Amino acid sequence: MSTRLFGEAVPRREDPRLLTGQGRYLDDLGPGALAAAFVRSPHAHARIRDIDVSAALDVEGLVAVYTWEDLPERVGRPLPLLIPHPALTHGRTARPLARDVVRHVGEPVVMVVAADRYLAEDACALIEVDYEVLEPVAGLEEAARGARLVHDDVPGNVGAHLVQEVPSAAGRSAGEAIDAAPHTLSFRLDIERSASMPLEGRGVYARWDGADLRVYSSTQTSTSVRMAVAAALELPLPRVEVIAPDVGGGFGVKIVHPWPEELLVPWAAMLLGREVKWAEDRREHFVAAAHERGQVHRVRVGFDDDGRVLGLDVSILHDHGAYTPYGIIVPIVTSTQLLGPYKIGAYRVEFTAVYTNTVQVTPYRGAGRPQGVFCMERTMDKIARHLGKDRTEVRAANLIQPDEFPYDQGMTFQDGRPLVYDSGDYPEMLRLVKELIGWDSFERAPGRGIGIGCYVEGTGVGPYEGGHVQITSDGRVHVSTGLTSQGQGHETVFAQIAATELGVPIERVSVVTGDTRRFGYAVGTFASRAAVMSGNAIALACAEVRRKALRVAAAALEADPADLTVTDGLVHVVGAPSASIPLGTVAVLANPLRYAFDEETARATQFAGVAAPDRPPVAPGEEPGLEGRGYYSPIRSTFAAGMHAAVVETDPETAEIKIVRYAVVHDCGRLINPMIVEGQIHGGVAQGIGGALYERMAYDADGQLLNASFMDFLMPYATEIPAVETGHLETPSPLNPLGIKGAGEAGVIPVSAVIASAVEDAEGVNIDRMPLSPSDLFHLREGA
Amino acid sequence: MTAEHEITLVVNGAARRARVPGRRLLSDCLRHDLGLTGTHVGCEHGVCGCCTVLLDGEPVRSCLTLAVTVDGREITTVEGLAGPGGLSPVQRAFAECHALQCGFCTPGFLCTVTALLRERPAPTDEEIREGISGNLCRCTGYQNIVKAVHRAAELLAEES
Repeated sequence: MSTRLFGEAVPRREDPRLLTGQGRYLDDLGPGALAAAFVRSPHAHARIRDIDVSAALDVEGLVAVYTWEDLPERVGRPLPLLIPHPALTHGRTARPLARDVVRHVGEPVVMVVAADRYLAEDACALIEVDYEVLEPVAGLEEAARGARLVHDDVPGNVGAHLVQEVPSAAGRSAGEAIDAAPHTLSFRLDIERSASMPLEGRGVYARWDGADLRVYSSTQTSTSVRMAVAAALELPLPRVEVIAPDVGGGFGVKIVHPWPEELLVPWAAMLLGREVKWAEDRREHFVAAAHERGQVHRVRVGFDDDGRVLGLDVSILHDHGAYTPYGIIVPIVTSTQLLGPYKIGAYRVEFTAVYTNTVQVTPYRGAGRPQGVFCMERTMDKIARHLGKDRTEVRAANLIQPDEFPYDQGMTFQDGRPLVYDSGDYPEMLRLVKELIGWDSFERAPGRGIGIGCYVEGTGVGPYEGGHVQITSDGRVHVSTGLTSQGQGHETVFAQIAATELGVPIERVSVVTGDTRRFGYAVGTFASRAAVMSGNAIALACAEVRRKALRVAAAALEADPADLTVTDGLVHVVGAPSASIPLGTVAVLANPLRYAFDEETARATQFAGVAAPDRPPVAPGEEPGLEGRGYYSPIRSTFAAGMHAAVVETDPETAEIKIVRYAVVHDCGRLINPMIVEGQIHGGVAQGIGGALYERMAYDADGQLLNASFMDFLMPYATEIPAVETGHLETPSPLNPLGIKGAGEAGVIPVSAVIASAVEDAEGVNIDRMPLSPSDLFHLREGA
Repeated sequence: MTAEHEITLVVNGAARRARVPGRRLLSDCLRHDLGLTGTHVGCEHGVCGCCTVLLDGEPVRSCLTLAVTVDGREITTVEGLAGPGGLSPVQRAFAECHALQCGFCTPGFLCTVTALLRERPAPTDEEIREGISGNLCRCTGYQNIVKAVHRAAELLAEES
């Protein structure tokens, strides 16, 4: 039987439990646990004068009420600034419970613990917080004016300012190149806030048995939550375990950690000696988790008669919300990935990240790329329009060519490493997407347009991931990796890799992710990195296990390990399958025993005559058992790419925008499971359409989020998403053994750019602001 | 102290008793009183459809239903969709077509689609999209869910 599973549409191993209601999500755990609920600030900016909890104390079932004053110093201090960067000169993070000033609606002020969530919310409703309401900083440009401050000690509300410049080959600065160019354009672009919005909110559940703490969290990084919890609660690391159970979507928001609740819930569980759980409700998720996107770009570009960009200068104003726990990753990604598949003569990019009295901004699928791609692709369309050229022709004139890889963009990427593209074939990709959508034969008509958007995505960022593989005496293969899963099908793709590498049927392979009891070293799931990082680490671990299996089997079969291979779980001499030994037996032989527990293991006991009496049963340098570990740590990111195109129709009266066709060509290197990759792309495109046409966070001038519910924040249903047509290109990455690149975030990245391009084509008005509602389009028409 | 009510629900074919306060949502009653955590809660305001269960065969939002109001009624949750022979055709079609990723919205979709196909055994693309337009999914972009509904219709037709 062939065990070539890599590259096949293997059905998902996760599905049977998730289809029958047997998944275990955070709020499915701990049925008897106490429930936590939070009193959150109703004001965008206020000083807390007094907190009166007395009325809540009579609520039956109330167990505890905590304010900042109750917290020990290590718990009450500001939360970690996860990614410090020298340009983040004024990084600020919240305290788990507000001490004196609240800086956004939804900031936690009081924690209540009660017998159940209903009672905890009853108690919350009776707690009186006396606020001195302060003037909020509500909009991005108001923040930039700096007349009012979010943090008293952050002048001008500026958290970070960073400039990166890449001169042209001739040594010209971007400004010089633009000034000298035959054509120049300058314009402004706006992108609104949106959010990850997983259907399962955040959640934490903690158990303390007097010595050991076990925390379950709906997180994208259990290993790092573990370290943060151990540090804050001053527990030895081996006494803390963190498990990400089934997680109902993440899309970025759950990479932030430790959330206030991730420290407070375990702390309360320890203090009370009871299990405590908090499951976020939807309103909380809107006002107390994180958002993304919100940026303003000011662009100046110079180009030649063919549309080749000679100089590009982009100035970005980035809204960071009230705090910067995740550093300035989002604007760094925007400013670097803006370059896409193009070679730009000279480039200067500058961003200013400012604080506002709104929910903090941290990465949401795409993580700054949708804004950057919107900027570059709008630029390409404007150049084409200015020159009267086809939009794909202008792009083609700027593309990096296949023989130019590795291609150094001359910048520093989000991992602190040079922005060097590893591989790709962008002209071929452009040809494929044009063919798929029928670009050259498209019949333009009033209210009917076609658009395109191209991007490059740095995926698989470091520093590392690891994998552990163990074969037990029953022949089963147990794979674990530290990073977490939120629906990406890791149990399936990692099993495919292990089954392929080891030569075993996939049915014998099981995979555990995000459980620090099984694997303690990991970074997390973000930046389309899981397949690249853990996939390669698991492949390396498998190679180690396989080497050992062949060594042990060689002794038993009296053969040379070099002559052995593994097929269908049996080690045998190449070309001679009759002389074979099952991997389970090899596992038995690899673990010299004193005690037998079945017939199989009796073969490994001390009187079975397996080990030579003149040598130690476990040879020097060997370990008992058939297991191995592998770590993969890349020198830098690998770069996936894609190009999308769409046909839209706009209604002449209602200005409704209908996406008639949507086509995707995508290159994420070698595909492990094409079915899963397509699913990732579909989901990304749908989120992109949400961001392009429907989703925005409507803050008013008081800093109130007016649409903090699914009634008002419009996420697309099936009726809003067209059929998505996909095509693949496979340019293997030379950077990793499996030749793969990440795919998770890809789908979402160029969608706003594509829709803007298509609507502009249909309507002839400039589309410089997303999302684009029918009302927005109506007003644009009126202004035209 | 809120008054508690003794109710009996026929859940997945079995009579189940619970003592609940009048304000207890059916979703919480199923999940926390009866331990049937397959029904998920995504918004608690009746928009996302994750909590959809079948009440006397009809899809309802269990997060908008008070448990006391359905005393004596029949409820089917995701845990009750599979038969003695294994997964239902709708469940099998979802697996076959990769119509789920994180799986959080899936129980709601399965209940909705089960009822939809009973009403319309061979729906058009448009009828499917309309039929599932009360359920949000943030992972799949609905592509494979639509495919799975067609496939489930096929499987049901083959079996009948």
